[in-house]
Amino acid sequence: MTSQSSTESAPVAPTPAAAPPGPFEVLRKRLFQGDLGQLPVVLTLILIAIFFEITSKGIFFAPQNLSNLILQIATIGFLGLAAVLVLLIAEIDLSLAAVASLCGAVLVVLSATKGASPAVAIISAIVVGAVVGLVNGFFIAVLRVPSFIVTLAALIGYTGVLIHLLPNASIRLIDPFLSGIAANYLTFPWDVLLPVPLIALYVLMQLWTRIRRQRAGLSQAPLWEVGARAGAVVVVSVLALIVFESYRGIPFSTLILVTALLVFWLIMRFTAFGRHVYAVGGNAEAARRAGIGVVGIRVAVFTLASTLAAVGGVLAASRAISASAQINPTLLLDAIAAAVIGGVSLFGGRGSVWAVVLGSLIIGSLENGLDLLNQGTDVKLMVEGVVLLIAVTVDAITRRRNATGLR
Amino acid sequence: MAEYASPNPSGNEAPGAQGQTAQQGEPALRLTGISKAFGAVQALRNVDFEVYSGEVVGLVGDNGAGKSTLIKAISGVNIPDSGQIFVGGKHATITKPADATNLGIETVYQDLALCDNLDVVANLFLGREERNVLIPVIARPLDEIDMERRASAVLKQLDVKIPSIRVPVAALSGGQRQSIAVAKTILRNAQVVLLDEPTAALGVAQTRQVLQMIRRLRDSGLAVVVISHNLADVFEVVDRVVVLRLGQRVATFDVRNTTPEQVVSAITGAEFGEIMKSDGAANGNASQENAK
Ligand SMILES: Nc1ncnc2c1ncn2[C@@H]1O[C@H](COP(=O)(O)OP(=O)(O)OP(=O)(O)O)[C@@H](O)[C@H]1O
Ligand SMILES: [Mg+2]
Repeated sequence: MTSQSSTESAPVAPTPAAAPPGPFEVLRKRLFQGDLGQLPVVLTLILIAIFFEITSKGIFFAPQNLSNLILQIATIGFLGLAAVLVLLIAEIDLSLAAVASLCGAVLVVLSATKGASPAVAIISAIVVGAVVGLVNGFFIAVLRVPSFIVTLAALIGYTGVLIHLLPNASIRLIDPFLSGIAANYLTFPWDVLLPVPLIALYVLMQLWTRIRRQRAGLSQAPLWEVGARAGAVVVVSVLALIVFESYRGIPFSTLILVTALLVFWLIMRFTAFGRHVYAVGGNAEAARRAGIGVVGIRVAVFTLASTLAAVGGVLAASRAISASAQINPTLLLDAIAAAVIGGVSLFGGRGSVWAVVLGSLIIGSLENGLDLLNQGTDVKLMVEGVVLLIAVTVDAITRRRNATGLR
Repeated sequence: MAEYASPNPSGNEAPGAQGQTAQQGEPALRLTGISKAFGAVQALRNVDFEVYSGEVVGLVGDNGAGKSTLIKAISGVNIPDSGQIFVGGKHATITKPADATNLGIETVYQDLALCDNLDVVANLFLGREERNVLIPVIARPLDEIDMERRASAVLKQLDVKIPSIRVPVAALSGGQRQSIAVAKTILRNAQVVLLDEPTAALGVAQTRQVLQMIRRLRDSGLAVVVISHNLADVFEVVDRVVVLRLGQRVATFDVRNTTPEQVVSAITGAEFGEIMKSDGAANGNASQENAK
């Protein structure tokens, strides 16, 4: 149909036939516009790491500590991913940590006191999470009760259920398989080989897209950009592997988290469902008028969020080798902070699943570093409160600047 | 208000009498006896309405006359309290926006229904995404490439100029956004296109562009309804003008032999009787309904 050359999008380009900007030009322009993407977040992470490396006298970067840090953030990562989904539709879920603890308790109670097999215990815990989310979603999407209130009620209610389930405050997890989820590692050479096919698949996908775009006569991203992106993926993978390899390998719980991130990235980025989630967050009324089942999307998102929280709870129970009636007081905050720090907007419709990686690394580093310095929950909570406030403020300011500057 | 309170039982002027070739046969869209109340406010009273394929109808009236409410009744955003809708002669039930879309009715809303956070292509195909089949049913990823190709083609056809079809629509000007909203209707193979104040808040050049787009829609055989407060715009593109006042249809004009003053009088109700009389006596081009 359209038979333009591959380098221009003729019908819509205002500056026709101009050479595509080179890498440095793009970088300069973005720096000038203050559009730095994730760069400030990455720099913050590096600063935090250096600070704790110095103040902990070199313990922070010790292989065992890094591995420990990564184990710590598996739960934050799952709850953070749940928070991302909910924030994308401009809602909030305050019950994530309570649901995670509840599902962890379900797992441990079934396994330790009812003698259920690991598979039954895990599936039951996750199903409980899904049902909880479905109920939240029903009140929020169908009855239109504000999510803030519904999930606050859920938080209170499930905290009660949790205490009811664990009258003796805690139960130990005995099953070796369940406690092994967090304690076992994928070791050499499998941990090194695993990313290879994935990265190859990614590069092939990029090339295939280029070929198809060329055939359709569409504009192409410059080759350097594709190369840079593939290069970044390789560099990050290699760095991560060096960290993992310096201790025992890739923890199973990290593997599960990364798999979940990949799956949700594919869903959110490449499916109609993902597109509709963003649409509901951007303008729910526009989505409705476009024929999207907004109610269904909202229910699905809350169900998925609680299900992910349940998985996070299972990992937490496995790592603690027990279930406790005491909900981790910083976990909810950690999850929401991880999402917002990673660039997911509280106002809906903006942000990516990968936000969780940077966000939970920052939150995890803070917690881990403060632990190394022997600081108690008091200091941790104060620091995290400030960090969350900063992240949310940046989000609000960015949003206002976009609203006034762009239109 | 009381003077116009009695509804016109038949309300149908004979369309053929106006000599429009486009108006032969069954209208693409016909409404009969549409009423809608918001609490104590009677927004629409027993309104009849019709638009034919290949015709542009202007829907005019003062603020609060019920124009948007009528459009929303057709597009499934608000459900009318009573009345019937016929699409292509067949009785239709429209209770949600998807119903209207499935019947080939597309709407460009006054409060533009675009998702600011999504790019142009995503907005154009929102709710109607094209998908590849990787694994049937389970894995059906979006076909971004084909959507982008078709989006480019439609924007080219409509001569819309935007920096890139991959920018979020938040970054576009009012006119560009309006153009996207219109282009969306074409991509969906609409039979009937409803536009609520498409040129409000647009500059001179951009207004021109949107009016040109409306002509293109008509020339490709669609039935088009345009709401506007700008009578100059109305007279430029429409074939017929329907006037709403206080929720009732009070007049219909053929623009070829009507002056803007006559339409203004019908809108405001000023010297209503005299105009009607002079209309009736002079050329009989306007049928005035509900007037006593
Ligand atoms: N959702 C609603 N709730 C309550 N009243 C409404 C609602 N929508 C419209 N109305 C009322 O119905 C009447 C008709 O409104 P409508 O929006 O159809 O007017 P309009 O002709 O489109 O006016 P404008 O030219 O200002 O757009 C007004 O009195 C308005 O206040
Ligand atoms: Mg209106």
